[in-house]
Amino acid sequence: MSELGMIIDIIEGTTFAMTPLVLAAIGEIFNERAGIVNIGLEGIMLISGFMAVVAAEATLNPFIGVLAGVATGAFIGLIHGYITAYLKGDHIISGLGINLFALGGVAFGIEAVWGVRGYHTPPDAAKVPDLPVINISPIFIAMILIVIGTHYLLYRTSIGLKVRAVGENPEAADVVGVNVERVQLLATIYGAALTGLAGAFLSIDWLTAITKELPAGRGFIALALVNFANWSPLLALGGGLLFGFFWTLGEWIKNMAAVKAVIPVTLMNTIPYIATLAVVAGLIGKSRPPRYVGRPYKRE
Amino acid sequence: MPSSQFWIIFKEKLERVAEIVIAIIIGFIIAGIMMWLGGYDPIAAYIAMFEYSFSLTDPYYLAMTLSFAAPVMLTAITFAVGVRAGLFNIGAEGQLYMGALGAIMVASWSLPGPLYLPLAMIIGSLMGAAWGLIAGVLKVYRGVNEVVSTIMLNWIAFWIVEYARVYVYPNPIDASKTISMPPAGRLPILIKGTELSASFIVSLVFVGIAFYLLWYMVLGYEIRATGLNPSAARYGGINPKKTMLWAFIIGGIAAGLAGVCEIAGRPPSYAITTGLSNLMGLGFDGITVSLLGANHPLGIIPASIFIGALSSGARGMQIVTNVPLEMVKAVQGIIIIALAVPGIVRLIRSKILRREVKVV
Repeated sequence: MSELGMIIDIIEGTTFAMTPLVLAAIGEIFNERAGIVNIGLEGIMLISGFMAVVAAEATLNPFIGVLAGVATGAFIGLIHGYITAYLKGDHIISGLGINLFALGGVAFGIEAVWGVRGYHTPPDAAKVPDLPVINISPIFIAMILIVIGTHYLLYRTSIGLKVRAVGENPEAADVVGVNVERVQLLATIYGAALTGLAGAFLSIDWLTAITKELPAGRGFIALALVNFANWSPLLALGGGLLFGFFWTLGEWIKNMAAVKAVIPVTLMNTIPYIATLAVVAGLIGKSRPPRYVGRPYKRE
Repeated sequence: MPSSQFWIIFKEKLERVAEIVIAIIIGFIIAGIMMWLGGYDPIAAYIAMFEYSFSLTDPYYLAMTLSFAAPVMLTAITFAVGVRAGLFNIGAEGQLYMGALGAIMVASWSLPGPLYLPLAMIIGSLMGAAWGLIAGVLKVYRGVNEVVSTIMLNWIAFWIVEYARVYVYPNPIDASKTISMPPAGRLPILIKGTELSASFIVSLVFVGIAFYLLWYMVLGYEIRATGLNPSAARYGGINPKKTMLWAFIIGGIAAGLAGVCEIAGRPPSYAITTGLSNLMGLGFDGITVSLLGANHPLGIIPASIFIGALSSGARGMQIVTNVPLEMVKAVQGIIIIALAVPGIVRLIRSKILRREVKVV
């Protein structure tokens, strides 16, 4: 392989690896800005990925599959948002429940729908096609637009102002007439819908397969990315580039013949997780979460 | 008046139990709908599940239920001690893998027979504790959120143990597993022909120790004070950093011990199998157990038997009605989501009351 080919490979690989991380992180940044923590990203990716395959395969239309993934994410966001914003439930426990439900529900679903245990590959017609000429997914382009759009929404519109006000000081927002619960619910739905898009991207675009390990920790890496990006969408894009690069580099190194002979692939699979830990551990004191994040808002 | 105070506390506890029962019922109903949508018969599945977990005619199934309760009792302690210290330690999964690896490591040595079991327990729980401590140090000294770090550590542990299974301790006869714990190092079987071993007793004893530690020792008091209000605890002379580290260590010991018990006390393989299939999910099940048991050691015991029954019953469900085993994990997820809703009893009661008012 020529050196130029190698560089192009890594760049293309990075565009794929960063897409689900950035999408989920942007979504989570948005709902955490409104004060709602959702640690169920991993589970939402998994369930949405599954639903995307089911829908895309039934219609042989990847576009419908992507829509199904987004809708599934939005629906789970609705449940989580309702429990946390309106019923004042515990954010972390609800998120944990989503993750555990996904593990069982999707493993069950794969067997119920396709009659196989644990692994299914959708047909080519259900796969999101790459862009012409370059090997880049249209969802990558969409992701870039979503980042810019979310940044604009958060800092340049009255909706964004409400979202940030609710996350920083819900009492003050309440006093000036902002419907705290509704803003929180809608922000959670938006965040989970983007995570759903990430799930669809994994199952019917990048990896073109559904297993119960589909997200492989990416939902939690996205949570790390939120922290790394200091709750800023644009910084999440930059951080996603870094995390995605590590992921691709790890994949690339472990498959090099010279490395494979010395260190088995199984051991090299730890690279993205170690890199994530190392990056977030190097951040101390530099990031500040929204002041009211993760706490149920109760009117006096 | 002390008697009325007792009555209030009693009513509160009763409401808590009712909340848990309602969450469980919601879990079963939604899972039933999922089974029906998937083309299975949910009623037949639940009957099979009950027969294969609590059958009174055949003690085999009850023994299996208890055998599955043993490891999740320990991993529930991991989560519960964390919650008591104000932490969400969801790393029991990886800590359990490391504990199992420690046991296999000891199994690979040639030792005098009686040394295997105690050494496996010491090394396995130390490895679990060390794995938990990494998350603790990252949390206390680098401010890394433990939810993220423990999941990363779970994945790292998975690949390390999977590596060790294939390259370091492969079974020369059977490629699907590691070497086994030699017979001298195995926990005795309590009921012949079942998988119920003394690991159940080990787990019960450990839960008892955790209870004593949390409620009758200074460290336990400090852990609980830190969880309730870290700044108040610091003002009261407690070092929250130290107590958090201890919470990770104790949790790691519990999960590591669970890993050891699965190797030394789970027939027939007494080994780690392909893709860690015999260990996978035991750490996450502990979260359900802990939440169902109100994060209290004494609540964890009945909760673990419930989850053990689900695991044992899932096999029956699969044998009789072909419903995939994983269904019970979905049930658990729904139960936890329902448990996240505070005061579910009051909520239902107010909805009913409101309707009655409307009717009038």
